[in-house]
Amino acid sequence: MIGWWISDSRRFGVQAHGLLRAHKWWLLRRTSQASVLALFMLGPTAGIWIARGNFAASEIGGLFTLGDPYMVAQSLFGGNFPAMPVLTGALIILAFYLVVGGRVYCGWVCPVNVVTDFAYWLREKTGLTRDRKLDRRTRLVILGATLAASMVTGTIAWEFLNPVSLLQRAFISGIGFGWAIILAVFLLDLFVSRRAWCSHLCPVGAFYGQIGRGSVIRVSARNRDACTDCGACFNVCPEPHVIAPALKGKASPVILSGDCHNCGGCIDACPVDVFHSGFRWEKATPTKSAAPSSEREQTVG
Amino acid sequence: MASNPRKMNRRTALTETGRLAGAVCLGSFSLAALIQTTGRADARAMRPPGAQPEDDFLAACVRCGLCVQACPYGTLSLAEWGQEPPVGTPFFTPREVPCYMCRDVPCARACPTGALDSEIAIRDADMGVAVLVGHEDCLNYKGMNCSICVRVCPIRGDAITLEPGEVNGRAIMIPTVHSDHCTGCGTCEKHCVTGHASIRVLPRDLGLGGQGRNRAGRSA
Repeated sequence: MIGWWISDSRRFGVQAHGLLRAHKWWLLRRTSQASVLALFMLGPTAGIWIARGNFAASEIGGLFTLGDPYMVAQSLFGGNFPAMPVLTGALIILAFYLVVGGRVYCGWVCPVNVVTDFAYWLREKTGLTRDRKLDRRTRLVILGATLAASMVTGTIAWEFLNPVSLLQRAFISGIGFGWAIILAVFLLDLFVSRRAWCSHLCPVGAFYGQIGRGSVIRVSARNRDACTDCGACFNVCPEPHVIAPALKGKASPVILSGDCHNCGGCIDACPVDVFHSGFRWEKATPTKSAAPSSEREQTVG
Repeated sequence: MASNPRKMNRRTALTETGRLAGAVCLGSFSLAALIQTTGRADARAMRPPGAQPEDDFLAACVRCGLCVQACPYGTLSLAEWGQEPPVGTPFFTPREVPCYMCRDVPCARACPTGALDSEIAIRDADMGVAVLVGHEDCLNYKGMNCSICVRVCPIRGDAITLEPGEVNGRAIMIPTVHSDHCTGCGTCEKHCVTGHASIRVLPRDLGLGGQGRNRAGRSA
């Protein structure tokens, strides 16, 4: 009944809620990724100019400019004070991700996410589960290194390599031999280490992760008392370490780590509806099981 | 950085900080080395009008392609991996499509970062300078009256003129570029009839001799 192509981590969800609901957030996410790209492709390919430019900086409907805050940061480190349009554009983007969740960029916009998710799915299906563990803080080192390199060379340093920029430009203007870099990311994720790029190395994700530490919209393990310890959420999550404090902790049920993509994978995969989308200030709610809840109320106050 | 508080005395804290700083240095100098090996915009790839000097340009340009999409002639493109200029930056190849020198300079106006000077007047643009490089093939040097480069020049009569000269005892008309008027738009290079263009746009430092280092003959 359940197709072989369905990710193992979603099987419980599919059994409990059916195919569509167990992929609800996944479908929304893919739609979002495709739409953003399509919006930028409409101009060059069909002559419908809703959005000009690309992910680095854009002009929306001829009304306002958006800019990539990470690139603006590198530009500043490179000794250049950017002009007003891209500076204010970057602030708009910064404010947006402060509301919706920093790494929403990764889960809902970035095209490389599709590549690495595919690598992960293939990894699961081919049983390539042996792993060379990477330290997920490596990306912070790389983030620091890109800023330092910008300063040393006086350039926007990461743009000489950035697979994220390369791949979005592949659809909007062209990529050339840059496919090799995208392939490298894919092979790295498939053969070398689980979710190596997005969850361990990518400095763009690390940058948005820092924004995400303060962002408002979050996933909450509101119904955590119902948890059956099936492990589906940990398997589906690209950053599994973010779940444990919310799901198994005694304090707030909200996933507060900046690393969370707000991808909704856990909401999809959970067979007993533990996870819901909510806001960061959500408190631990008293639950039906009397003893643990009263105990929690005392500790939380 | 770690979320769980670890026991740390001063020595391990210092060691950890040192290790971290070392790793950041490793990463940044590797990346810097890679950047140094990539090409700069060269004689075959010109920057759009109003572009800052290359070093400043690379610190400002975010590679968004707004200039590319603003150009009504499809002159500009963003460099793909493997093309001459740094990947993602805008350039044009005059022999294929030159800059048509729009009066309102839409490409520079569209730039959100200041990598292109949005206030530039097109006559002041400095994309490069045309240089007659193929003396052996230039039809005018052979005594014919081709002069196509002179006739297509958008700043006709100022940027390039025909000056009388003599080769092997024959009178010829030599296309002569005046660098203070030439913007480097590349229209002459585009239309040159020889197999490879005999007149080419070069960056100024490649195309012009500059003043002599010997002060002899110059007023003090």
